[in-house]
Amino acid sequence: MATQASFKDRVLIAVIGDEDSITGLLLAGIGHINEHQKKNFLVVDTKTQISTIEAAFQEFTERKDIAILLINQHIAEKIRPTVDRYQKAFPTLVEIPSKDHPYDPSKDSVLKRVQRLFGE
Amino acid sequence: MSGSGARENIFATRMALTNTKLRLKGAETGHSLLARKRDALTTRFRAILKKVDEAKRKMGRVMQLASFSMAEVTYTTGDISYLVQEQAKLATFRVKAKQENVSGVLLPAFDVDRVPGSDFNLTGLGRGGQQVLRAKEVYAKAIETLVELASLQTAFTILDEVIRATNRRVNAIEHVIIPRLDNTIKYIMSELDEMDREEFFRLKKVQGKKKRDAANAAQLKAIQDELENARAAEEASAAEATESATENSVENPEQSNVEEAEESVVEESAVESAVEPTDAAGEDPFATSGDLLSTKDEDVIF
Repeated sequence: MATQASFKDRVLIAVIGDEDSITGLLLAGIGHINEHQKKNFLVVDTKTQISTIEAAFQEFTERKDIAILLINQHIAEKIRPTVDRYQKAFPTLVEIPSKDHPYDPSKDSVLKRVQRLFGE
Repeated sequence: MSGSGARENIFATRMALTNTKLRLKGAETGHSLLARKRDALTTRFRAILKKVDEAKRKMGRVMQLASFSMAEVTYTTGDISYLVQEQAKLATFRVKAKQENVSGVLLPAFDVDRVPGSDFNLTGLGRGGQQVLRAKEVYAKAIETLVELASLQTAFTILDEVIRATNRRVNAIEHVIIPRLDNTIKYIMSELDEMDREEFFRLKKVQGKKKRDAANAAQLKAIQDELENARAAEEASAAEATESATENSVENPEQSNVEEAEESVVEESAVESAVEPTDAAGEDPFATSGDLLSTKDEDVIF
């Protein structure tokens, strides 16, 4: 279980998403570049390698200042095994819909667990 | 009975029995407490599950709206993504974590923490500024929803974990610890009973042996007494024999004395008897001087 200190420092929201989602979220002001020139967002387009997404996912989940990790559902779909294996409470992983891909609750890793717990 | 099932490796004593009983009591108390905690957590968990489900669906709608406003921006302003990505320096939209306590479990909850004075002031300066502003607001709202969802989800994950751990503990206590303690208690009881029986049997044996010993001793004593008596009697008779021998030699003068005395008495009585018939035959007026007369008479007669 997370101790108090471990989530008091977590203030940022990280994003892995397509260009439109990133632009919108950055407009709202979540963008952050730290002293090591590390961004807290990753723009994924059709040319982005899956290994790059995986690496970014690993990096964001291991960083100590990120509280919430947003990921587009269609991108999460590409690294589904990694996403499904992710069980930690911090950072919280939230799958979000994108412009071109409407939200499908049946694919969400958390909702899948919810469904299983309700016994459906 | 006592050997069935797992039990603690413990020496069967009364103290161990007391300790085990106390532990059983503790385990039962812990079980009921944990069961209650589990129920409380499960109630909370169900509520959160419902909220997560709702929030997920709400997020779908909100994000759709946000995407739509973004499309408006793109339509009026053109592609601003590159500009926005390059201008991002420090996050103005942050989250703050606070804690909530649900039956001993600390659940984090995220709060939106917006720093006033936003970037991207130059974005859409030429045209579409209004759309950009609107998109900003819409996205901010969307992120608020996302943050809310994230806290629910975190709570969900943590509660899930804690409930699992609690369930494991409850089941472990119910199905492993309590039966094992029960078995241990049964084992100790049976061992103690066995020891009691052994002790009782041992005492019986000891008592029997004591009785037998006493009887033997009594018999022996009787025989010895008999022997003693016989010997004593023998001794006594032997002693009597010697004694009588000595007695005879010692007592003879005395006996002769007695005989003499007896003889004298006999003489006297003989004298008396000899005198009396004359008294009875006498009965004359001269009774007072009868003795004299009789003697005289005797003298006369003889």
